[in-house]
Amino acid sequence: MIKKSVFILVVEILVLFSCLHNAVGGEKAIIRMSTTTSTENSGLLDALLPEFTKDTGIQVKVFAKGTGAAIRDGMDGNVDIIFVHDRAREDKFIEEGYGAYRLAVMHNDFVVVGPKNDPAGIKGANVAEAFKRIANSNALFISRGDDSGTHSKEKEIWGIAGITLAKKNIDADYGGKTPDIGYEYPAVLAERYVSIGQGMGKALTFAEEKQAYTLADRGTYLEYKYGRAQGLDLEILCEGDDNLGNPYGIIPVNPEKYPDIRFEDADRLAKWLVSEKGQKLIADYKIHGRQAFFPDAKK
Amino acid sequence: MDFLFDSLKSAVLLLWSLDRDLLIIVSLSLKVSFFSTLIAGIAGIPLGLAIELNDFRGKRLVITVLNTLLSLPTVVIGLFVYSFISRRGLLGAMGLLYTPKAIIIGQIILILPIITTLTITALSRLDSRYRKTAMTLGANSLQTALVIVREARFGIVAAIIMAFGRVIAEVGISMMLGGNAKGFTRTMTTAMALEFDKGEFTMSVALGILLLLISFSLNIVFNYFQGKTGD
Repeated sequence: MIKKSVFILVVEILVLFSCLHNAVGGEKAIIRMSTTTSTENSGLLDALLPEFTKDTGIQVKVFAKGTGAAIRDGMDGNVDIIFVHDRAREDKFIEEGYGAYRLAVMHNDFVVVGPKNDPAGIKGANVAEAFKRIANSNALFISRGDDSGTHSKEKEIWGIAGITLAKKNIDADYGGKTPDIGYEYPAVLAERYVSIGQGMGKALTFAEEKQAYTLADRGTYLEYKYGRAQGLDLEILCEGDDNLGNPYGIIPVNPEKYPDIRFEDADRLAKWLVSEKGQKLIADYKIHGRQAFFPDAKK
Repeated sequence: MDFLFDSLKSAVLLLWSLDRDLLIIVSLSLKVSFFSTLIAGIAGIPLGLAIELNDFRGKRLVITVLNTLLSLPTVVIGLFVYSFISRRGLLGAMGLLYTPKAIIIGQIILILPIITTLTITALSRLDSRYRKTAMTLGANSLQTALVIVREARFGIVAAIIMAFGRVIAEVGISMMLGGNAKGFTRTMTTAMALEFDKGEFTMSVALGILLLLISFSLNIVFNYFQGKTGD
């Protein structure tokens, strides 16, 4: 009796494994892409990738996370291609030999959103001035705090606004490899600076809940404002500043670093995105009637 | 593979330095888990007693429902509580969302069924003569209950241990209701999830080690309470 059931169990496990094997190792071309939550949450990828699959037969598995984690995926050879927005770190990624090349795909822009009554009075100011006023008010500021591209941008703007970032390094140095677990924050805000370490959508709902200010990419903001039954109770208070540009780049992982990645298919995706068709799809993609991304590829 | 080794070494250094941020995270985790276990215990143990010691219609059904609630996913609890305490919810005016209190509320819902069902199990294993003897010796119902709890304390402490282990290791409720705000609602598990998302594993590994160490020392304490009934 027991023998029989053990036998059945073993057979079942074997069947399960062979199914898994077929699903993973089948002949179909599948590439893995790590990208930022903003491209995924805004719905852009749902418009682009099915078209790409139709054109080439290549399927794309998407992992959406913060830019820091997406780049880490590339560095570890866990994915074939990354699609992110943090120019400084993208350049470093290529310099260190992890990326094959970078193509400018598109840009969108950041906006500063906050409660309708605008307690810090930032409406109409440029972004540096707006951040200064938030710092000098009693308002809360929600920070992504997750090493994402948006988080990098936010720190950059605090710098432009002349607000000093206090840096706290955690001393866990080992063998010359300093793990990057330090923490930077605008000291003036102290308790009013809430670092939540989560994605863009979460930062927006957090800011709504606390009626606080935050820096958001326009795409995700539009999706949360107009894409839900109950629109986000936050308004755009500062936009259109030169310092709020947000360029996205696509970088196939360098096959010399990781020979087993699917470079050729990744290469096709990168080239497809900057092709006339890819660029037109990006320009045509609208979030609730508003253009969210602007194609960047040079003709 | 050597990233794990590097992370491990850095993690030990980090623990050794007793970093202030780390301490805030750890103390919040302990505080939240302590209160949720305490409140769930105060409610759950008498509830288990009441169910086990009384015969009433639908008793089997109540126990079956409680057993079902053992598999309640943290995400469901998170959603449920969220819908009540969010700014747009019924209790929105209390401003509970993204506070440690919100995490405690969710965690109580999570472990109340654990404590109740395990209390029932512990009591049902007792010889019914304890109860009868206590009653023939003239104990009132409260005194009888105390005698029974005393006899079943091995199982009841086990229930508390299990509940505490569940909440201190839990991440879904803490993330959804606490919001992982640094210095306010960041717990050990949400911090681990964040550091993993950032692609930085050192802090994750350090916190993982710490969590297990804390659980180990707490279990030594619990073991002391349990040990004396072994005979």
